[in-house]
Amino acid sequence: MNNTVLRAENVRKTFDGRDAVKDLSFELGGAERVALLGHNGAGKTTFFKMSLGFLTPSAGRIEVLGAEPGSDKARSSTAFLPESVAFQRTLTGVEVLKYYAKLKGEDPKKAVGLLERVGLAEAGTRRVGTYSKGMRQRLGLAQALIGTPKLVLLDEPTSGLDPISRQNFYDLVTEISGNGATVLLSSHALTEMEARTDRILIMSKGKLVANDTLEHLRTAARLPIRLKVKAKDEPAEQLANRLGGTPVNCRSVEIMCAHEDKIARIAAVTSLGAMIEDIDVHLPTLDDVYKHFSEKANAEDSAGEA
Amino acid sequence: MFQRILTVAGQEFRIGLRNRWILLSVVILAAFSMALALLGSAPAGTLDVSRMTITVASLSSLSVYLVPLIALLLAFDAVAGEIERGTLLLIFSSPMTRSEFLIGKAVGHICVLLLALTLGYGATAGMLAATGGGDTSGFIDFARLIGTSAILGFAFLALGYIVSALVRQVTTAAAMAIGIWLVLIVLYDLALLGALVADSEGFFASTVFPFALLANPADAFRLFNLSALNANAMVGGMAGVAESLPFPPAAALAPSSCSLALPCLVLSYCLRGSPHDEETVCSRWSHVASGSLSGRAANR
Repeated sequence: MNNTVLRAENVRKTFDGRDAVKDLSFELGGAERVALLGHNGAGKTTFFKMSLGFLTPSAGRIEVLGAEPGSDKARSSTAFLPESVAFQRTLTGVEVLKYYAKLKGEDPKKAVGLLERVGLAEAGTRRVGTYSKGMRQRLGLAQALIGTPKLVLLDEPTSGLDPISRQNFYDLVTEISGNGATVLLSSHALTEMEARTDRILIMSKGKLVANDTLEHLRTAARLPIRLKVKAKDEPAEQLANRLGGTPVNCRSVEIMCAHEDKIARIAAVTSLGAMIEDIDVHLPTLDDVYKHFSEKANAEDSAGEA
Repeated sequence: MFQRILTVAGQEFRIGLRNRWILLSVVILAAFSMALALLGSAPAGTLDVSRMTITVASLSSLSVYLVPLIALLLAFDAVAGEIERGTLLLIFSSPMTRSEFLIGKAVGHICVLLLALTLGYGATAGMLAATGGGDTSGFIDFARLIGTSAILGFAFLALGYIVSALVRQVTTAAAMAIGIWLVLIVLYDLALLGALVADSEGFFASTVFPFALLANPADAFRLFNLSALNANAMVGGMAGVAESLPFPPAAALAPSSCSLALPCLVLSYCLRGSPHDEETVCSRWSHVASGSLSGRAANR
């Protein structure tokens, strides 16, 4: 990774004696798309607020492009979309966008062009009050794209969006990072992000429990791969005996195997040739990986406390 | 910096136009002032003062009630509303300072008020002029009324901002704004009156009372306007008080408004140290107490 855009070093934030974020350390490079996962209360929003300078870490430090969060330099190159934002309902999309462009010291006319990029070109002259949830979210994203931010922080940008809107949203995220911006987005809707992020950070109870690409995380989690084999005529029990799996609903057999055994097991299945009608390979999903890492962290926590 | 202040001010003005706040204020001000002008200027003929002047005297009493109300209703949403909608985080993630934000709001709201006052009272002045009741000094009286009403409005805008910055919910801010109006506009005068009746010659009447009038911008406003009109003869009451004061009534308005408005702006500016929900009101107060203004500046 070339230049560091965001660096967190042993960051800790305490509210009323309770750690919301503890010992958080990671770096984001240029033009990366990074997902920050964690369930509600894991410390994601707290971290965002610290990266924007709204909160000061109780310990450790955060650097945005080498500057302190909240400094003019950091703020002028950071864009942010809060988890829930409701723009003035009586203003039009164009007026909202021009307003934020002027606050950021950017050309309002250029900013209006962003409406087209988020698919709101025609709705721009209508009042925000008439927008659907997806449209409001896209307006928020357009606002985050004003100027040329180097770091784009999106706090749960896809919550409440329908699947198509989500797909469009991630297309935009890819486009943004293609233009050289680093995107850090938080979410708890996981599966949709699989192909859409370069790296995944998992937070649990304020701690960073994983930080890697999805591939590496899958391997590290050593979650079994599930092969589902469908028999042609033969009863599933016989097939199950031969392949060493468990029969499911008469005609199918489910085989769990480790990552490195995958090819061997598939070869064994295909060697049966005519007996097999179909085979499905289920890799562990991001949900599985996420569950694994947060459960592991929980287990370690309770072991540490015991 | 000015660009950002003007942007916030312009947006507030636009919102005022769009959600019909300005229209509503104009209609209320015009309706009440025309009614007062038509009904209240009847004695003009017998007293030999212009109808405009005597209308302005009635209107300054109207302003005392309406202008603070309009100002508080404009202001209570300024900070709490932006927090509740999540837009304050957005605004402060751009290179914008808290004082720029509040000054922008204040400028925008003052413009809204000025427009409403000019159109509302202007309509009445126009009506009087059209029916032959106008003269130059009457127009000057009207201009003074509008100008001082704006200053009065500013004092209450500032009070509204401070309430808005102190509480977390918009609804709480709204309730407190109405409470402030009730206390300062209605109950304050009643309390003063009661105290005056109870102790009409003593220490209170001679020493405390004049400054108690000064401390409330609404009373200072009334005092200034009525004495500026030399209206003692026609309205008596309040203006009669002016003669017994240890200071010129003309000195009343400016210092009392500024003394209220400036600390309010400064306070709400530093109270808003962090637009973060978990930060408690107490810790915000303590920031003010420990003079963390300079720390804030360094953070920025």
